[in-house]
Amino acid sequence: MFKRSKDNKIERNQISYHSMRDTSLIRLFILPTIILLVVINVFPLFWSLILSFSNYSAKMLTQWGENPEMIGGVNYSRILADPDMWNKFITTAKYVLLSVGGEMILGFGLALLIQLKFKGREFITTLLILPMTMSPVIVGLMWRLFYNPNWGMFNYLLGLGRIDWISDPSRNLYSIVIVDIWMWTPFVMLLSIAGLSAIPQYLYEAAEIDRASWWSKFRRITLPIVYPILLVALIFRTMEAFKIFDLPMGITGRGAMAPPLIAMHLYNISFVTWKTSYGSAIGYIILIVIIAITSIFIKYLNKAKQ
Amino acid sequence: MKKVSLWLVILVITVSMVAVFSLNGCKKEAAPAEEEAAPAEEAAAGEQFITIHWAQWAPADYLEKLSKGFTTETGIKVTVEQTPWETFVQKYNTEMIAHSDAWDIIVGDSQDIGNMAVNGHYVDLTDWIIEHGVDKTFTPASLTYFAEYPKGAGKYYAVPCEGDGLAWAYRKDLFGDPDNMAAFESEYGYELGVPTSWDMLKDVAEFFHDPDNGFYGVAIYGDNGYDSLAMFAEQCIWSFGGELGDYSTYEVDGLLNSEGAIAGIEYYYDLFKFVPPGFGGAFYLETNDAFVSGIVPMSCNYLAFFPGLANEETNPYAADTGYFACPPQKGPDGVERQFAALGGQGASVVTYSKKQDLAFKWLEWFVKPETQLEWARLGGYTCNAEVLASDEFLSFTPYNPTFKKTMEIFKDWWACPEYDELLRTFSEDIANYVVAGNGTAEEALNKCVEDWEEIFGAAGYYD
Repeated sequence: MFKRSKDNKIERNQISYHSMRDTSLIRLFILPTIILLVVINVFPLFWSLILSFSNYSAKMLTQWGENPEMIGGVNYSRILADPDMWNKFITTAKYVLLSVGGEMILGFGLALLIQLKFKGREFITTLLILPMTMSPVIVGLMWRLFYNPNWGMFNYLLGLGRIDWISDPSRNLYSIVIVDIWMWTPFVMLLSIAGLSAIPQYLYEAAEIDRASWWSKFRRITLPIVYPILLVALIFRTMEAFKIFDLPMGITGRGAMAPPLIAMHLYNISFVTWKTSYGSAIGYIILIVIIAITSIFIKYLNKAKQ
Repeated sequence: MKKVSLWLVILVITVSMVAVFSLNGCKKEAAPAEEEAAPAEEAAAGEQFITIHWAQWAPADYLEKLSKGFTTETGIKVTVEQTPWETFVQKYNTEMIAHSDAWDIIVGDSQDIGNMAVNGHYVDLTDWIIEHGVDKTFTPASLTYFAEYPKGAGKYYAVPCEGDGLAWAYRKDLFGDPDNMAAFESEYGYELGVPTSWDMLKDVAEFFHDPDNGFYGVAIYGDNGYDSLAMFAEQCIWSFGGELGDYSTYEVDGLLNSEGAIAGIEYYYDLFKFVPPGFGGAFYLETNDAFVSGIVPMSCNYLAFFPGLANEETNPYAADTGYFACPPQKGPDGVERQFAALGGQGASVVTYSKKQDLAFKWLEWFVKPETQLEWARLGGYTCNAEVLASDEFLSFTPYNPTFKKTMEIFKDWWACPEYDELLRTFSEDIANYVVAGNGTAEEALNKCVEDWEEIFGAAGYYD
């Protein structure tokens, strides 16, 4: 193994051919992960980018020049000129606004309540986070049963009669918003609790001495300190809500009466009608929109940190 | 430790790579572990086996049961791998795109035959079908719709496996109730009974529709995620004298938006007023559920889902349930027509299968008249003309006579490779009118004509 000199010290500059340094070892250990990432993430990302500039259907035989046929930015211009696509983006934005808005208000409100000292606080906290621990597909299917207008529990418990929450296009967007809020409010609540716990108690004590009102303490102490962590929750939830797929798939299915959400449309284009290149272009537009929105939030987050 | 043996590192990397590739070898999300393990064990034991892929429903169970006879005869084991209907077509399309040899036979949707044939996923069975006399022993319509592509070209890619079509179930007790009969006759001027026309069917639905008491006129498809709404709509179009288009020239203008087609879609819209709440998302499960829970007097479904209605364990009204085929109807042109939408699938040999010889052996066994009779006895819908015509077949289930009638009047959707795009646009356009109530039937069909001409144009059919 290691060569030793006459005084029995290891000669570090005389490494045998089958030994190696720490850095090489680290690289070798990382290599399988890197290869996997390249094969599973990076290559498809670039390949789909190339496909988005072509006319290609994965269902049809691959014949270079015909399928795929490079057509430049035609897919992008078609998508941006399609009023139906804009309608889908507007509906998705509406969904994001309603669901994330609801989650932020309710989640933060619940966190403030949980901060109060009362009996059974830990138990209630555990109960509240249960929806978040469930699989979104199962949640979707479960709520589909709750929403059934003929025998579902939702209408029955609220005394609403036989309202169709699933296939009525004027209503089913809100039925998914309700489930999203039910499922992900605990996530905002948990992050908010973490933020609230980090506020030093002496700030409130000082405010008490100054006879500050509850609202004044909330506005000048609580909110500014919790604000960065609320922004983190906002970033995560916005990204997730924008590309929501599993809940609507479970609740309304992918039919024409399902709410025109952009991720559902992407699925139908790519895997139902097999317009692979057109679907890739939609995917890239979604990616750009999400990056743009997230960048704005991150800018505010950095400001808040400063 | 600053330096380590290169051999140790190579060993770690090799183990990692083996683990990764083993995971990959664990086969997509596919079937349950037991099903995946079974062929592997058989392969290890040197046993011969084939795997058939089909949708997850009762006929697939019947086929596996039936194939035990084949195993007894030949020693070749048969596994029928089932995928839920919601993802069935996508799953086998994805596997075929990847040239997968996971299955030796696919019992695929009839409308997908063009896609599979054009892209070379199915083996051309033309010579085999002629050699084994399938063209003479199976009904011509079943060969056309389940096996042939292009239609009329005499090229076959499947053996008709499960014949199926849309038909009706009704409550004999409600239809035969003297009070109902008297009330119906005084309101509509004719006797209540099994509908003899689509117009009468609508009258019956209207008569029974009583939403204030939680009872509704009819249970029909409204879901448009795959082909359910389209299949009901197409039989309305055909029955009223319209067409989906010319299957040989791909012309649609003047056919899909003809007077008859508009009347058919208007009829669908009118009939949809009598469905239970939430039926905008209804497919086979919801229609059967509505019937067995006693909230509708009649429902339309694929015949393959009727065993649940005839079974007293799943339908408390089973003893009072009757069945009828889609009725005839006079169109705006005064001509009477009778059509039903085709369901069902053909069995095709996968091009990428490494056990095609075994797959052909199974097909050879499957088309034998005695196997077809046994297939029918178990609950499968045979397309063998002789078996279909036998009194024995008609007595197997209470709905087999309805199946026989349906087999005489069925017609299918487009079978070209673009069928799924046509399905998607048609479903969206028609659902927008029938389910959401936007616009008129004429506007919906004109929009569909525009969409379809664009699809056919892009595919080069008009060049």
